[in-house]
Amino acid sequence: MALDQSFVGRSYPPTDPYEVGREKIREFAEAVGDANPAYTDAEAAKALGHPDVIAPPTFVFAITFKAAGEVVADPRLGLDYSRVVHGDQRFAYRRPVRAGDRLTVTSTIEAVKSMAGNDILDIRGEVHDEAGEHVVTAWTKLVARAAEEA
Amino acid sequence: MTAKISYADVEVGTELPAQTFPVTRATLVQYAGASGDFNPIHWNEKFAKEVGLPDVIGHGMFTMAEAIRVVTDWVGDPGAVVEYGVRFTRPVVVPNDEQGAVIEVSGKVAAKLDEHERTVRVDLTATSAGQKVLGMSRAVVRLA
Repeated sequence: MALDQSFVGRSYPPTDPYEVGREKIREFAEAVGDANPAYTDAEAAKALGHPDVIAPPTFVFAITFKAAGEVVADPRLGLDYSRVVHGDQRFAYRRPVRAGDRLTVTSTIEAVKSMAGNDILDIRGEVHDEAGEHVVTAWTKLVARAAEEA
Repeated sequence: MTAKISYADVEVGTELPAQTFPVTRATLVQYAGASGDFNPIHWNEKFAKEVGLPDVIGHGMFTMAEAIRVVTDWVGDPGAVVEYGVRFTRPVVVPNDEQGAVIEVSGKVAAKLDEHERTVRVDLTATSAGQKVLGMSRAVVRLA
């Protein structure tokens, strides 16, 4: 069944702050095998002009996806989450995420479409720091594949 | 922000050093923990097959994280990335053996965007087992 179009443009309240830890950044950098010292060595990060260690570019997805999950799980939307796959992902950075950031995400549904039985949802997550400054925007396209014929 | 590459030194068509990134089941378990994405399609073969996949597949966000390393290793400063987007076109299938899968990534400067901002667009190509796994994979980077 097609999703409710009235959800387009709907924004959800900001999430509780997520505090970015330097050990979580290290863990993420190790998991993707990235030895760039800007992720683990504050002096190396400072030499590049950053106040502290920074996170790899895709690190912030863990935070924005969790926020998007609250949208996806909204029972009024009626998305079948068990059939959801990740279609597209895009980020626009004002500055890199760094250790000590306390980040909140405000999610907005940008588009709701149905194509060939698939439900497609575009969610924009605006990430702000504790001072209210914009850090990064994440656009996530989720596709709920059509259920197979029984 | 301190990129190692200068805007004046690159041209449209400049190729970035290509890289290959191995991914095994162990890699996926480690990435699941680090990212918090515990979807069983990334570690449970039985579940993956039940939902119609050929085998366990890598996290799309893992592939996205590897692909941008071609850019961040090139510029030196990961904070130089201004924009980054991909389309997940095919899954990276990761067999349960020592070799796992390999993600191959290359990139080239597709456009010089803004001389004042010193930004360029890099187009990335990511393949695994001969198949393109990302589409529309593009990054905007601020150079020195």
